[in-house]
Amino acid sequence: MNESVHSNRWLFRYAAAVALCTWGLICMGGLVTSKGVGMAVPDWPTSYGYNMFALPVSTWFTGGVFDEHTHRLWASTVGLLVVALVRWLGGTGSRKMLLAIGGGEIALGIGLLGLGPDWRGGGHFLAGIGGVVLLAGVVWWGNLPADRQVVKWGWAAFWLVQLQGLLGGLRVVLDKHVFAGTTLGTAFGVFHGCLGQTFLVLLCAVALRLSPLWKNAIGQLRLPLGLRPWLSAGLALSAGQLILGALMRHQHAGLAIHDFPLAYGQMWPATDSASMAAYNQHRAEEIEVTAFQIQLQMWHRIGALATLVAIAGAWLRSWRTAGLASTWGRLTSCWFGLIVLQATLGISTILMNKPADIATAHVAVGAASLATGSLLFLIAHRQASRANVEKHSVSLPAAVPAGTH
Amino acid sequence: MLMKHVLPYAAALAAAAVSASAAEVSGKVTLKGTPPPEKPIAALKADPNCGKANAAAEVKTRLYVVGADSGLANALVYIKKGLEGKTFAPSADKPLIDQKGCMYEPYISAVQVGQQFDVKNSDAFMHNVNATPKVAGNKGFNFAQANAGQINTKVFDKPELGVRFACNVHPWMIAYLHVLENPFFAVTDKDGNYTFKGDLPDGKYTVEAFHMKAGSATQEIEVKGGKAAAAFTLEVKAQ
Repeated sequence: MNESVHSNRWLFRYAAAVALCTWGLICMGGLVTSKGVGMAVPDWPTSYGYNMFALPVSTWFTGGVFDEHTHRLWASTVGLLVVALVRWLGGTGSRKMLLAIGGGEIALGIGLLGLGPDWRGGGHFLAGIGGVVLLAGVVWWGNLPADRQVVKWGWAAFWLVQLQGLLGGLRVVLDKHVFAGTTLGTAFGVFHGCLGQTFLVLLCAVALRLSPLWKNAIGQLRLPLGLRPWLSAGLALSAGQLILGALMRHQHAGLAIHDFPLAYGQMWPATDSASMAAYNQHRAEEIEVTAFQIQLQMWHRIGALATLVAIAGAWLRSWRTAGLASTWGRLTSCWFGLIVLQATLGISTILMNKPADIATAHVAVGAASLATGSLLFLIAHRQASRANVEKHSVSLPAAVPAGTH
Repeated sequence: MLMKHVLPYAAALAAAAVSASAAEVSGKVTLKGTPPPEKPIAALKADPNCGKANAAAEVKTRLYVVGADSGLANALVYIKKGLEGKTFAPSADKPLIDQKGCMYEPYISAVQVGQQFDVKNSDAFMHNVNATPKVAGNKGFNFAQANAGQINTKVFDKPELGVRFACNVHPWMIAYLHVLENPFFAVTDKDGNYTFKGDLPDGKYTVEAFHMKAGSATQEIEVKGGKAAAAFTLEVKAQ
């Protein structure tokens, strides 16, 4: 085994570990939202006025502060891991870029500090990140860059993790600000939730591209006929479900509908003002639910059914054309298993009145399902591209017979 | 002669003073229908600090607190109409919203626009106080009270029903504060009774009873000789 292959294997393992840590971070963020403790630490990037890494343990281990502060520390760790990943992926050539970005962020952060107390948090945040990036650029260890496209994805993850951190912070800082009738804290919370999952998908894709499977086994697989549309539909619907779910969760109104499979005893609940008043009087939560929130949950239910059908379609297609024991049969079985578990958790969340652990498990499995669907889509795309190339290279000599020139 | 002319005016002034300074509006708010049962707050018991503070008691939600003869506690009764164009200096009293045993006390309270109120932490551990008013001009806040006995004084500048207070460290901790334009309001006691007193001139007014879950009902009243009574019935409708 030569050194470069050995090094790539470790790079793949590291990228997979970063993706796993990110999935854990999503679980932690889900727990924060499920428990409604997102504002337990009212300031950012400081925590109760302390540097985030110096918060006294006694404060950290108080009620919801534990969940929110752990989420912040975990997020910082993931940020650090991603910066290291970019340095590793980009090879020695990435040093200049990292030094320039790090230096720029530090300068900008210091500049923000000078603008007044309102900008102090942002200034510290930017200068802190800049310091980490600068350090990564200082690392002199010489290594070759990974595949060009993977390096690009790595840089995308690099910018996304910083944006994600900023969105998380703005969710806290702008919690009391209202724009066009919308609380900015809520809006940023929804973006933060959705972007976190996009970030996970990107890191999983990086890990997949670095994996030995991608280089060897996946290239040899045959894509079952007619599977791609099912995969695409399952993935698109999963992404739509993620957005609907984030919208529902970040309104912090509790469960909009408490029964299943009916909704307030009806196929489609009435949302006129008299019905809404009656629903709210009987709700066990003190926050009133709105007609919009009820409709959101109804569309989430319909979306769940459609997603289940699409992924079941992908699984059946693989089963029929390649067999369950085939690689595609096993891959789609995993995805189908995840989505069945996800549907079960969704129903349980309703029937058990949204316990924080079940609701968080629903977020965690949803993220895993979205990531799995994305990876399957990438694999299918690669096989389809390869098949096209092969077809083209086979048909080319036929179109231009040898010896004609 | 002087007495003959002055006395009637003095008597009239005295009568006016009585009717304007000693007015009292009282009554009861009752609940009709069956509200959903209150639930024990399991998260409170599970929290090490809060569970210890409430070791002996079962703490439940307070969505509908119904007392004797279906009297509904925690309903706000206030003069909604009839005082337009009049301004009232905010009361110098400072109501207290206390955090005790990981619950807000009282659950429902009311202040006048511009009237200061205190928020206190009576627990030996930290709470954060996250107030989220929705009316423009009322500034929300979120601060920590780390020590027992810490008091912060706050004020809201615009009328608003149900400004929500929450502790996110202990997310079951919820309270509501009503902010009213005039000083003629009261929150019903455990049996649904209320009384508010003040310099309310005789006349006709619209009074509203408002409950965060049961809704609201209004009534026309006439204050005569400084007295008026109004009984309200709020209904939990069948689903």
